[in-house]
Amino acid sequence: MFKIVRKEVLSDKIILMDVVAPFVAKSCYPGQFVIVKIDEKGERIPLTICDYDREKETITIVFQTVGVSTERMAKLEVGDAFRDFVGPLGVESELVHESEEVLKSQKILFVAGGVGTAPVYPQVKWMKEHGCDVDCIIGARDKSLIILEEEMKKYAKNVFVCTDNGSYGFKGNVNDMIKELVYNQGYKYDKVIAIGPVIMMKFVCLLTKELGIPTIVSMNPIMVDGTGMCGACRVIVGGEVKFACVDGPEFDGHLVDFDGAMKRQRLYKTEEGRAMLKLEEGDTHKNGGCGCGGDK
Amino acid sequence: MDPLKRVPVREQEPEVRAHNFEEVCYGYNMEEAVEEAQRCLGCKNPKCRTGCPVSIDIPGFIENVKKGNIEEAYKVISLYSALPAVCGRVCPQESQCEKYCIRGIKGEAVSIGKLERFVADWARENGIKPTVDVPKKNKKVAVIGSGPSGLTCAGDLAKMGYDVTIFEALHEAGGVLVYGIPEFRLPKEKVVAAEIENVKALGVKIETNVIIGKSITIDQLFDDGFEAVFIGSGAGLPRFMGIKGETANGVFSANEYLTRSNLMKAFDEDYDTPIVSAKKVAVVGGGNVAMDAARTALRSGAEVHIVYRRSEEELPARAEEVHHAKQEGIIFDLLTNPVEILSDENDNVTGIKCVRMELGEPDASGRRSPVVIEGSEFVIELDTVIMALGTSPNPLISSTTKGLEINRRKCIVANEESGQTSREGVFAGGDAVTGAATVILAMGAGKAAAKGIDNYLSEK
Ligand SMILES: Cc1cc2nc3c(=O)[nH]c(=O)nc-3n(C[C@H](O)[C@H](O)[C@H](O)COP(=O)(O)OP(=O)(O)OC[C@H]3O[C@@H](n4cnc5c(N)ncnc54)[C@H](O)[C@@H]3O)c2cc1C
Ligand code: FES
Repeated sequence: MFKIVRKEVLSDKIILMDVVAPFVAKSCYPGQFVIVKIDEKGERIPLTICDYDREKETITIVFQTVGVSTERMAKLEVGDAFRDFVGPLGVESELVHESEEVLKSQKILFVAGGVGTAPVYPQVKWMKEHGCDVDCIIGARDKSLIILEEEMKKYAKNVFVCTDNGSYGFKGNVNDMIKELVYNQGYKYDKVIAIGPVIMMKFVCLLTKELGIPTIVSMNPIMVDGTGMCGACRVIVGGEVKFACVDGPEFDGHLVDFDGAMKRQRLYKTEEGRAMLKLEEGDTHKNGGCGCGGDK
Repeated sequence: MDPLKRVPVREQEPEVRAHNFEEVCYGYNMEEAVEEAQRCLGCKNPKCRTGCPVSIDIPGFIENVKKGNIEEAYKVISLYSALPAVCGRVCPQESQCEKYCIRGIKGEAVSIGKLERFVADWARENGIKPTVDVPKKNKKVAVIGSGPSGLTCAGDLAKMGYDVTIFEALHEAGGVLVYGIPEFRLPKEKVVAAEIENVKALGVKIETNVIIGKSITIDQLFDDGFEAVFIGSGAGLPRFMGIKGETANGVFSANEYLTRSNLMKAFDEDYDTPIVSAKKVAVVGGGNVAMDAARTALRSGAEVHIVYRRSEEELPARAEEVHHAKQEGIIFDLLTNPVEILSDENDNVTGIKCVRMELGEPDASGRRSPVVIEGSEFVIELDTVIMALGTSPNPLISSTTKGLEINRRKCIVANEESGQTSREGVFAGGDAVTGAATVILAMGAGKAAAKGIDNYLSEK
């Protein structure tokens, strides 16, 4: 069992937890992820590692409640435990393998969207710890969904916050923010690392392609095992089939087929939605809600 | 009874079982088992044994069944096999032990598999466990993977007194036995979990949720005091065909489909993991994996077609599985090969374009190779395609272990007799070495490696 030792509610639907997981904490790096399972009947849920403490042997995870399983996870409290917590999975970020010289020679902009701010955080921290100043955009629909701003400020040189509705920081989406920085404020970047909803990463990549800035994204497709066994996580990168769990999750954003990825994500939407309804309203929706026996 | 015929085994009716996940075959009861055992001629020079990859003393255990002495029979089998309740259910007996049975020349071979199963089930139901009574050796051995090869290797080493820990990547031990082979063929709680308990009863520790190569490397295991390592990590990486449309929604690897159903129990309303509710399914392939995926989809309410490019004779699945699949109403589209998967504007599968094949000259494998019939293209409309084309070993271990030699097919190179790999102290066996094969071969390899490891550590 893997014990929860800290829980914070970051916003309405976003929750942070520190979990004791010695094997993972000893060997993980920024960019990697874990798979958690609440209890015997839970799903295997992939979550990117947000922070780690090698001494305390803890891993920090951040998740948004989107389906039946994350809803159940949100109910866990300090002292409760996950039945399963496996990792680190996936390949660590490229920057982990680069020398400080190389790291220092480039100006990196991190672009974090919503709950995607969590996986960006350990990378920004890593950069600072290796003597590099980076900038970071945190974007969300609304002020209530901006997370980890204070933490990020500790490690990033500049943190730019933007919200779609203008309720906090710059008014506009992350792309508007990038344009503002590059076109109006004279910022120059050699590399962008963008993590957030697929649609956001898609549009960031279209823009950075135009701007000629190499861009890395982190994909979070449907997964089951996370060890390369099932192929559920396949994404197309540069025309080739890749398994995000073993070949990724980070890929060259200019080569990723985002449209395909978005279509794949919809696959279990109906099933997941159904499970959610059942959780909230009991068994009444089993036959499609109206008792007609489904979509006949 | 006609001595040329085997005692028939009771099964769930096809029409009933097509709608549930309970075990298809009920197995023999004591009376039936004793009667079937009488058919064994007790050959002096038993050919059946030569057909068994772990050389179980078959006449020896059957002799005990004849006398109704099942506990003794179990002890005989246990000398050779750690997982008899599993093997009795999933071994391809018709091409192994039963193939060589003298009874088979004039009539039907003795039902060796069903007798093995009976003995193992009886032992479990009567609380009989294998025991160890050897001095502890105080030497630590790590076993990677808890499939048949890992369990066997670990069990044998524990019987020799070694301190053995199994590391398993998934949250449940058992390998393919839990994530691949379905409940209706191999009950998970009753059979697999019980056999794993038997291995644990020998003193073997099992650490789930540890991925060697990620959570910890082989080199770190040596640093932690393990003196030898056995790699039984299987061949989990699924193959796809590489045809157009294969990434569409509704195309699954058999591994994904079966894992959702078996390991994650998606078929059970109480579990959270979703599975697509398919209406019409094509399963591409003709092996055990294809049969299992097809029969799982059927039980979830779909119309199911097996699409296989060769003819019935070449189907690599166990004869019993093909027979059961047909009884249950699976449609076999043989000599048929998919060339493209069709989908709508949302990338959801709508059909599969196939060509008809005919058999030509024998190829390298000795099987007549299928050739496309010109102009035979046709479309099957459906919503789900499951690819069951075979698997290869995953690179998690080979890519993180220096000096570990692998071959072109990504399989670990290991000595057949000892399991020794190119790295000192590292042994391997099972699907990780051979590519996807069978439970019993994996067990045989685990057994051989246990001996290899014992020799290595005794000389060290
Ligand atoms: C659907 C299906 C049906 C089958 N039906 C039959 C049948 O009827 N009869 C038959 O004889 N054979 C059958 N087989 C084949 C048989 O199951 C395999 O040949 C056998 O299980 C191989 O055993 P193994 O121990 O080598 O590997 P596996 O059973 O594959 O076990 C390997 C284990 O290692 C774990 N692992 C992998 N990498 C790591 C790592 N890095 N760290 C830690 N753990 C790791 C895996 O999670 C897995 O649990 C079937 C296979 C499938 C998929
Ligand atoms: S999650 Fe199964 S292969 Fe990646």
